[in-house]
Amino acid sequence: MDDFVIQTKGLSRCFGSRTVVSDLDLAVPRGCIFGFLGRNGSGKTTTIRMLLGLLEPTRGEARVLGEDSRALSETARSRIGYMAEGHPVYDWMRIGECGRFQAACFRSWNESIFRAVLEHFRLGPERRARELSRGERAGLCLALTLAPEPELLILDDPALGLDPVARRSLLEAMIAVTRGKDRTILFSSHLLGDVERVADWIAVLDRGVLRASCTLATFQRRISRFVLAWDGSPPPDTPTLPGLVHAFRDGRELQLTIANVDDRVRAAVGSLGASSVQEVPIGLEDAFIDYLGDRGEKNLLLPDPEATP
Amino acid sequence: MPLDCRISTGSTTPIYRQLIDQIRLVVLRGRLTPGDRLPSVRSLAQRLVINPNTVARAYGELARDGVIESQQGKGYFVATKRQVYTRAHRRRRLAPLLEALVSEAALLDFSADDVTAALQEKLREYGLEPS
Repeated sequence: MDDFVIQTKGLSRCFGSRTVVSDLDLAVPRGCIFGFLGRNGSGKTTTIRMLLGLLEPTRGEARVLGEDSRALSETARSRIGYMAEGHPVYDWMRIGECGRFQAACFRSWNESIFRAVLEHFRLGPERRARELSRGERAGLCLALTLAPEPELLILDDPALGLDPVARRSLLEAMIAVTRGKDRTILFSSHLLGDVERVADWIAVLDRGVLRASCTLATFQRRISRFVLAWDGSPPPDTPTLPGLVHAFRDGRELQLTIANVDDRVRAAVGSLGASSVQEVPIGLEDAFIDYLGDRGEKNLLLPDPEATP
Repeated sequence: MPLDCRISTGSTTPIYRQLIDQIRLVVLRGRLTPGDRLPSVRSLAQRLVINPNTVARAYGELARDGVIESQQGKGYFVATKRQVYTRAHRRRRLAPLLEALVSEAALLDFSADDVTAALQEKLREYGLEPS
């Protein structure tokens, strides 16, 4: 399927008896910036490693650029850029040598991109990789990843440990890369402000299970928050409402976060007997935290399986 | 003239909405006038460091509301003011904001005169004088 650069079906990985990624159906549309979200240990890195063919799935399959991830051709690999978690570099090389080494591994190499990114991070070719700070190492990794002009960029927590200036440079580079219509970026992150800025699609992974996969706009639009107030005390039990993802009690108030609110749900909220009901805006961070809280069944923002090809 | 937009993340207002509000304000206050060209989707996205689709979405909505218009192949321009909505639709959109203004004013013990005066001052800022 040409519309998706990544498509997984039932992708699963166990380590011993522990299931780290469970039955993942993920589809990454071509040309988007895809934010891959989830708490630590939710299976993001394991998924990414399977996509790249670095780790065998226990079950299921992943197709990347139209090929099975377990047997990616050299051509497909040269079209993928991968930045591993923690910005690993070859310590003993100088920056210039890192570039030459990387260039030899790829079919195409755009030296002017390599230099421009290095310059952006103020890195000279003579510096030794081992002496770089975390942010500088990230800059080097980014230069090495972008110079081959990959069609698909996979960045595993690229902002980890970066200062605000370096982070902004990273985001600028991501926006610049997708100037080409066919370029796709999948990146994992915990920084929801960054995600809000640059991502147009997101997937949310929780303990190895996909909980949401939709456009960022859909995620923001479909999670709503209500504040209900009672003259006396609110009912002791958490109300049963379709789509309820989080309930928080504060004195005479009850705050409800609900996915996929429609008129029926609004009516149900209205009939809880509160003296006032207010629908209040909710930011991405709160929406995300409530959605991943410990309550309730939450597969509410997954695409309709009937609707996906 | 550059379009001076500020984007804040972590807000309860989505970024595309922040853009819409700010561009509207710039047009309403006459800092951009009909025929002025807006930055391209790409360049605004690059400058604000946000996803180009977010800018495209904001421009799309502004065009639908008749604030800006796209000219094939030339980009987006501030539109000559024309009303694309019916009076009923406009009333419906204004009603909740009026409600919020008045309830807040009542809560804070403002008199009707205070509110009217403040409202008139604001209207003048936008070039709307009472007839």
